[in-house]
Amino acid sequence: MGMDRRQFIKVTGGAGAAAVAASGLSTKWWGLDGDAIANPGTEGDRVVATFCELCFWKCGILAHVKDGVVTKITGNPDHPLSRGRLCPRGAGGTGLLYDPDRLKTPLIRTSKRGEQVFREASWEEALDLVGEKMVAIRDQYGPEAFALFLHGFGSSWFKHLFKSYGSPNLSAPSYAQCRGPREVGFHLTFGATIGSPEIVDLENSRCITLIGSHLGENMHNTQVQEFADALSRGAGLVVVDPRFSVAASKAKYWLPIKPGTDLALLLAWMHVIVTEGLYDKEYVEKHGMGFDELKLHLADKTPEWAYTHTTLRPELIRETARFIAAFKPGSVIYPGRRTTWYGDDAQRERAKAMLNGLLGSWGRRGGFYIPNSLEVPKYPYTEYPGVAKAPADMPRDSSYPLADEILASGVCDATIPGTSEYDIKAWMVYGTNLVKSLPNQANVIKSIQALDFLVSIDVLPAEICGWSDVVLPEATYLERCDDVHVPKYKVPYMAVRQEVVPPMYESKPGWWIAKELGHRIGLSDYFPWKDSLEYTMQRVEGAGFECASVQATGVALGKPGPICEEDGLELEFATESGKIEFHSRKLAAAGFDPIPEFVAPEEPPAGMFRLLFGRAPTHSFGRTVNNRLLADCFPENEVWLNDELAAEMGLKEGDRVVLTNQDEATAGPVKLRPTRRIRKDCVYMVHGWGSQQRQLSYAFGKGASDSDLVTRYKTDPIMGGTGMNVNFVRVERA
Amino acid sequence: MAKEKRLVMSVDTLRCVGCSACVVACKTENGVPLGCTRDWIVEETTGRLPHLAMELRSTRCNHCEHPGCVAACPTGASHINEGGAVLVTHHKCSGCKACMAACPYDARYVHPEGYVDKCTFCLHRTADGGLPACVSICPTKALTFGDANDPGSEVSQKLRARKHKVLHPETGMSPNLYFLI
Repeated sequence: MGMDRRQFIKVTGGAGAAAVAASGLSTKWWGLDGDAIANPGTEGDRVVATFCELCFWKCGILAHVKDGVVTKITGNPDHPLSRGRLCPRGAGGTGLLYDPDRLKTPLIRTSKRGEQVFREASWEEALDLVGEKMVAIRDQYGPEAFALFLHGFGSSWFKHLFKSYGSPNLSAPSYAQCRGPREVGFHLTFGATIGSPEIVDLENSRCITLIGSHLGENMHNTQVQEFADALSRGAGLVVVDPRFSVAASKAKYWLPIKPGTDLALLLAWMHVIVTEGLYDKEYVEKHGMGFDELKLHLADKTPEWAYTHTTLRPELIRETARFIAAFKPGSVIYPGRRTTWYGDDAQRERAKAMLNGLLGSWGRRGGFYIPNSLEVPKYPYTEYPGVAKAPADMPRDSSYPLADEILASGVCDATIPGTSEYDIKAWMVYGTNLVKSLPNQANVIKSIQALDFLVSIDVLPAEICGWSDVVLPEATYLERCDDVHVPKYKVPYMAVRQEVVPPMYESKPGWWIAKELGHRIGLSDYFPWKDSLEYTMQRVEGAGFECASVQATGVALGKPGPICEEDGLELEFATESGKIEFHSRKLAAAGFDPIPEFVAPEEPPAGMFRLLFGRAPTHSFGRTVNNRLLADCFPENEVWLNDELAAEMGLKEGDRVVLTNQDEATAGPVKLRPTRRIRKDCVYMVHGWGSQQRQLSYAFGKGASDSDLVTRYKTDPIMGGTGMNVNFVRVERA
Repeated sequence: MAKEKRLVMSVDTLRCVGCSACVVACKTENGVPLGCTRDWIVEETTGRLPHLAMELRSTRCNHCEHPGCVAACPTGASHINEGGAVLVTHHKCSGCKACMAACPYDARYVHPEGYVDKCTFCLHRTADGGLPACVSICPTKALTFGDANDPGSEVSQKLRARKHKVLHPETGMSPNLYFLI
């Protein structure tokens, strides 16, 4: 056996180690003939900077390509959101790119809708068909009868197509099914929304209060990075959750609240902070409006009163109120993200906003920052034709006056003839699995069956594809160039999404699909660019950056400006009064409580549990459940049930159970996870599992779907959000 | 002569959220086959509701100073490399699994190609001054890798400043994976 210099050096090292440990195990001798360190060879011969789409945070990534194969994905150190690090989904992007179940060619339905019988078609034929339908709907009913449902960054090309086409019905379930109540509650109070990334300065917070938010399990990279930093700095952490979440395990105080009573706790906290004079008096006096009315309103919202609803001891409520107030103004009540829980959500979110107002955390270091954004000129398009009718998302006889985006659930309902002012006749669905992302599946399917035409555009065969008339296979985020991302953030920046490898199979990038459709329906003028690269580079240059350097690093940074009072920023509030509104005249005028009132939610019937659902760090709803790399870490969801109760019911770890809700809808069989980490009045599961789509060969039948059990929801009268934590289930052995 | 390196890793259990980014990054970096893993997450809950505590640990081969796996290996495939990293030479491994039985951390698996495989501390990266894939991806910066014999290294500083523990100290194998608590 020959020996090169590298091996020789290692032998010396091995012998040294053996000598040091002479008194220990003599077998270190075996190390003497070790080989050179094996290199797995996954370093790219080409590295492309782009940004992620496994969730919607949009972290900068570096994709390593070796011999034309994407071997690994790492964090882009130059990107403000990833800072060189990634979450498991971001690192597992190749699991999507090389998913064997990807949509490979356009498909055209050949049997009854929903039966999932398709034939493969050429792009030419599929696009001609979609184009013909778009023209026919426009001619017969007007463009407003064609709705676009969307989620994800790649939707920009289709939004552009539909605005050119003249439809007002562009909606995303991420509003009325997710963050909508938060945006409305905060806007009513501060005159500004929270957005994404959330404008929360966790990096500098001295105390963080999470109410039902499970940061860490809800894995948004930058936020979790800052959360960990805050914990290391010794920031206080208060977690209110019926479940002992990962965040709760790191908290100074965990408040295992009875589900549905958060608003009572918020009012009691405010009661303590106001009556004990612990609020930021100078700030409230300078910026607040309606404080006296609030004080009056809170008079009887004592911790003793809240105890009867929340089951949290009054002294614990007092102690935590004082703790939270002690760190003001760098004490932040985190606004949450999916906040569609009980139908009173905008008011609960408003109570969070008001408490932040009392703490003086808005516009303050460690609280909420006022974001910056880079000036990037829009592409000089021909002006859109405008819309002839208002969106159809409101029911005929009522409305949600303070909704500030279009309700996806409302547009879905408007598909059932006679529900809204006019009927929706056709859907284009981009990147959102409506069958699972909207509540009341039976109603969604009824709407689908009422359609003249349904086309979906996706990367994987989600359930919605099975219901479609035409399915168009999009290239993944690693195979396409999209628009530039210009978020509102602490640091103004823009990021580019670049093609890392060419599209596999017959898949095509979204820009190409939209442009081809535009040509077919007489909208060529709106697609003057050759391709998305030409389009994005025009925007990059328009913003004053050099294309080559932005393509190399994936990102262009602007000059940071002041983001809080401590930076010298003068705070302004775009509310009616120009102040922080503790009392809202706008709400009163619309017939709602100007200051939130707590109404106790319905109790679970005997033998049933409230169904709660949330996130796992390895998954983004149903979008990632078929990703083999991620499945290796989190193979399927389980139902969390209090361990003592499980024992009483004769159920043990790993037993398979079926969940049945109040309307006899079922989900499962699914594995049971008896755990001490949850209250006895609720069960919990991670959202996105229980796929009924056979074409997803890994995910099919794995775990259970909470969506199947959300047959009921409570609509927020203020903004139309669909509160979905109002379903009850019983748990039985499968 | 400069003191020999002692490569160690610390895991900050206060920062770790158990997200598994380390697991996925390891799999893609090292081409670990599906169904196998070199690192994983342990979640340990103690107490009774509502007085609960939980520890989250990103864990892997402990690269012990006196590794039972190396002692148990009949072919010399398992060995200690320079700096103390415990490695397996694939072509010398007969797949007998004696090392797996000897490992108190269950850190090894049988690769579909027949040899036993495990964490290498990403020596192919760290030899040139880089960091293991798990360390560089970790969104909470819970993982720190370095030379415990260099008092100025980040990992040495952390071990000096923070209370820490190892798992299974009773085996006498002197593990080099430290959990900051």
